[in-house]
Amino acid sequence: MERIIFYILALIIIFFAIASVSSKKMLRSVVYLLFVLCGISGLYFLIDYNFLAAIQLTVYAGGVIVLLIFSVMLVHHIEMELELAKVSKRILIAVASLLGLGVFLTTIYSYEFIVVENSITTTTEDIGFGLLSYEAGGFILPFEVISILLLASMIGAIIIAKGTKITNKNNDSL
Amino acid sequence: MIAGISIYEILTVTSILFFIGVYGFITRKNLISILMSVELILNASVINFVVINKYLYPDMLQGVFFSIFIIAVAAAETALAIAIIINLYRQIASVEVKDTEIMKY
Repeated sequence: MERIIFYILALIIIFFAIASVSSKKMLRSVVYLLFVLCGISGLYFLIDYNFLAAIQLTVYAGGVIVLLIFSVMLVHHIEMELELAKVSKRILIAVASLLGLGVFLTTIYSYEFIVVENSITTTTEDIGFGLLSYEAGGFILPFEVISILLLASMIGAIIIAKGTKITNKNNDSL
Repeated sequence: MIAGISIYEILTVTSILFFIGVYGFITRKNLISILMSVELILNASVINFVVINKYLYPDMLQGVFFSIFIIAVAAAETALAIAIIINLYRQIASVEVKDTEIMKY
């Protein structure tokens, strides 16, 4: 059963990823990316890591995709076709990518992974204790740094996207 | 771990996803499309972290934490990149890579 679900998910992920990087319509490409991200979250559900699957659905499928769709709608006309690279260039890059993939796969398949048979579910409780533990191996410092980073990037994004300041002086000159 | 699926199959899928992302990153001419390809690459690496943790060291949690941190950094990066793209569009009315030569404010 898990085998069939895994192969279906893998097919969905790869097919829609290819569609997403080769589609000519911008908005469709974003929606294909949404399918890829949902498939990846299904993979996390399958691997018994429900917390990350929920994060994937909320942050990526909920947040990033909406942000991308908004920016596409603000920037493009919906029916506008994207400019693609030249065919010769695309073929060259595809061959180079396949070459790199071959190197990766030969490396992976020639290495003997020592797999530990288990069926441990990662609970949210374990993750919370690990993230907030300040003993050896705890992750409290990166956790705090990430929260500062998110705050800083939020302020930065607001300031950058706001653009020039509209004051009374600017209004007079318009 | 997933019953009946070896680690090799999952690593194959993530490698393919990674190189699709690389292909899109190089061939696309549009800033938003390039950002989407970067998302694909980051997602492939997150799956790798989780899978290697779950298959090889199931009683550890390091890969799990790193996957959360990668997602947080990727979300911050996307928000900033889209802010920059929208601001750029306001100034030069284009998001094509070849038109992007001013980054001065």
